[in-house]
Amino acid sequence: MELSKEIRDKYQAVIGLEVHAQMLTQSKAYSSDANLYGAAPNTLVSPITLGHPGTLPKMNKATIDYAIKMGIACNCDITENQYFARKNYFYPDLPKGYQITQDTTPICTGGMVNIKTVDGQTKQIGLTRIHMEEDAGKSIHDIDPFNTLVDLNRAGVPLIEIVSEPEIADSTEAYNYVTAVRKLVRYLDICDGNMEEGSMRCDANISVMLKGSKEFGSKVEVKNMNSIRNVKNAIEFEITRQIIEVEKGNDIPSETRNYDAIKGNTTAMRSKEAANDYRFFPEPDLQPIRVTQEHIDKLKKVMPPLPEFLFEKYTQTLKLSDYDANNIIDTKEIALYFETMVAHTKNYKGAANWLMGEIKSYLNEHAVKINEFPISGKQMAALVNLIDTGKISNSIASQKVFPVMLVNVDKLPDEIAAENNWILDANEDSLAGFIVEIINENPDEIERFRAGDKKLMGLFMGQLMKKSKGKADPKSAGQLLSKMILK
Amino acid sequence: MYTSFDKVKSAIDNGTTVVDVVSHYLKQIEAKKHIHAFLEVFEAEAIQKAQEIDAKIKNNTAGKLAGMVIGIKDNLAYKNHKVSAASKILEGFESIYTATAVERLIQEDAIIIGRLNCDEFAMGSSNENSAFGNVLNPIQEDKVPGGSSGGSAAALAAGLCTASIGSDTGGSIRQPASFTGLIGFKPTYGTISRYGLLAYASSFDQIGPFTNTIKDAALITAVMAGKDEYDGTAIQEDINEFPIEKIEKGSLKVGYISDCLESKGLNPEIKTKLEQTIQVLKKEGHTVEPVSFPYLDAMVPTYYVLTTAEASSNLSRYTGVHFGRLADNVKGVEETYKKSRSEGFGEEVKKRIMLGTFVLSHGYYDAYYTKGQKVRRIIQNKTNELLSEYDVLLLPTTPDTAFKIGGVKDAIQMYLQDIFTVQANLAGNPAISLPMGTHSNGLPFGLQLIGKHQKESELLSISAYLMDLKQ
Repeated sequence: MELSKEIRDKYQAVIGLEVHAQMLTQSKAYSSDANLYGAAPNTLVSPITLGHPGTLPKMNKATIDYAIKMGIACNCDITENQYFARKNYFYPDLPKGYQITQDTTPICTGGMVNIKTVDGQTKQIGLTRIHMEEDAGKSIHDIDPFNTLVDLNRAGVPLIEIVSEPEIADSTEAYNYVTAVRKLVRYLDICDGNMEEGSMRCDANISVMLKGSKEFGSKVEVKNMNSIRNVKNAIEFEITRQIIEVEKGNDIPSETRNYDAIKGNTTAMRSKEAANDYRFFPEPDLQPIRVTQEHIDKLKKVMPPLPEFLFEKYTQTLKLSDYDANNIIDTKEIALYFETMVAHTKNYKGAANWLMGEIKSYLNEHAVKINEFPISGKQMAALVNLIDTGKISNSIASQKVFPVMLVNVDKLPDEIAAENNWILDANEDSLAGFIVEIINENPDEIERFRAGDKKLMGLFMGQLMKKSKGKADPKSAGQLLSKMILK
Repeated sequence: MYTSFDKVKSAIDNGTTVVDVVSHYLKQIEAKKHIHAFLEVFEAEAIQKAQEIDAKIKNNTAGKLAGMVIGIKDNLAYKNHKVSAASKILEGFESIYTATAVERLIQEDAIIIGRLNCDEFAMGSSNENSAFGNVLNPIQEDKVPGGSSGGSAAALAAGLCTASIGSDTGGSIRQPASFTGLIGFKPTYGTISRYGLLAYASSFDQIGPFTNTIKDAALITAVMAGKDEYDGTAIQEDINEFPIEKIEKGSLKVGYISDCLESKGLNPEIKTKLEQTIQVLKKEGHTVEPVSFPYLDAMVPTYYVLTTAEASSNLSRYTGVHFGRLADNVKGVEETYKKSRSEGFGEEVKKRIMLGTFVLSHGYYDAYYTKGQKVRRIIQNKTNELLSEYDVLLLPTTPDTAFKIGGVKDAIQMYLQDIFTVQANLAGNPAISLPMGTHSNGLPFGLQLIGKHQKESELLSISAYLMDLKQ
């Protein structure tokens, strides 16, 4: 589908996102079945998960704390008195015939997530609510040609649903919003944010209207976008599709549409008019929950540093560039590693360079994560410090000391440098001897250098490094060279 | 013969074995087969268990309930045993776990002798709603035993077990106890874990016993009671016993609900008995005063709005897809649901599911469910207010004695069977029906006491006292 810029610019999109995040609790929301991905089908199923006659939900209190942490991270109001509700509908992957969720008393209300807009501005996306609920099982339609198979391992896995206000203006903002939410849940360690495995899922409510209009277009819900990239693509497609329909003078039916990642389009699933009446009512099998301020304060104390806080710290206090800071906070584990490094060195820029340089290269080459990187942050900080003292050069550090550290992880970098005789020789007397030799061996070049051909400096430095077996500190050696040649 | 646990124990002390006791009951069950109290008798298993318990008694390792033979209502889960809630939709279904209450009885060496007939999913007041046939009242076999725990009442009244277990959502223990001349006790909501009780209305349901003595009621209830990690709505403390205290002359404050006494449908003989009881208590020096409870008319409607709402959701799991009876020749998921549920549920259950679905549906929720909750709160508050002044409330259990099988055709008339019993479920308070009289028609009837929240000991002590006064 093609849309001219002229027509596209006549319209604005209104987008709200619903993100479901599976909580990383040990057990399910209402039973002691393990909360695990990838187990053999229907092996994590107690009578409670199966919804067998007479079973009751058994509250996993960890879920409540996880949800509160997300609320704190997004500056939400935490609801003091809440209860669960039943959402009634029939589906084979919902064994009880209802989902335990929250209706009128979501655990968090208000709050916001900060994102970047297309032109790099910071924008607050308001949150309507965050509520707790349980996941359904999985209906599998593509294994057996005649039957739908049901795996109830996922049934009862705790979820939080994060509902944004319809304040997202385009697919890039949506992309940045989901990225920011994912970063938050990962920093909080409450969800692994893996959209491919479905542990984080996103539905989008999209409508379009003429710019400046007060009347919203009818809302279309798009489901089944299993990566952040797909969220962006699906929204882009849907905006275009809706504008084309409106341009043709057609009504947009309020419906649920399915995103097909292969075809890159959305297709109608069901109309909203035919939607279920979910008959919400308070879940009588669970006690209401009361969250005290004391409890919230207790959780606040154990909150890990969050990306926005670290960005501020890196740019304001550590004086790193926005670019460096963003690179570091992009992954929680990288940021935590950097935190360890900067606890042991004052050369923040140096630490950042090493982290985003040699360490990142190592991780890429070996296809491993930072927690599998052999050298501790403290050791890496010691290496940065060693360079700063001038005892070894950057190149010695990266080409010689660093490789030894990788295999000899307990050894301090200065020990390694000393044992291998890599400590820089900044002694002017010994260097002076080499420089006299160079002056004598290169009379023509010396003349040209003295006549102003400064490029020859490289040649002399090369010879000096060779003669000193690399132990000359390039900076002081350079100064001494020109001083002696030019005198 | 073995009408109480004391009688069983004294027989055992005199050389009778538990195997003898079980054999006696099995013979009686066979002889009274036609009253249809049992849906299934665990014959071989009960004998085997009796042998084990005889050995335990010899070794002095037997539990509190050794020698007690108990029948359980067919809405309690018992691992590797069928449980159907007397519904076709669960025909053939075996539970894969055991209800907390049943587990605790077994832990104390009670013998579970079988599962007892009841109204389908505990919905009914006559046991005529069982998918597997109705139950006869052993006192007069052309009468109903009451419901929904009709099988539990009939089994004990016919001497087929030492005690039986039922469940009470709106009177389902007390009403049949009244109809069969037994003690029927509904403890405070949450006293006994509901884990393993097939839910009818979650915020009303409570398990309780049928017994011939208060002592047995206290013992069995205490064994089943106490906190359970599998039921978050259950009491949070452990319970070891409900001691029966002696009631001193002139120490009680009893309120009798005059609105009940004056209610139109109340059988005059029951009214007279109630008045006599009031006089006897007064003569013993107790304070007995009329109290007003002006919400009698609101009771049954409120109960039906709220219980059917919960039931419509609780019964959603019975689709035939994951367990229970699946309809034949169905295509697609929607047809599977419709046909399995249409064929599997009986008329009364379907009616209540429809009613509950309606009261929860969009546009009607506030008018029915929300309003029902508000009225429930008012009834709770008023009940607690009265019980802050009085030790117990005295009222009839049922408006009349057991009626003829097929005798009540009108649904509203049937629902009004619960008029005096639903208050305790709406308010959550403990309540007990005591066999206080026999009508000139030869049928027994009960009087009811409602006690203070979580004061089962007090209520049972007053009950024991009242039973003694009667004699």
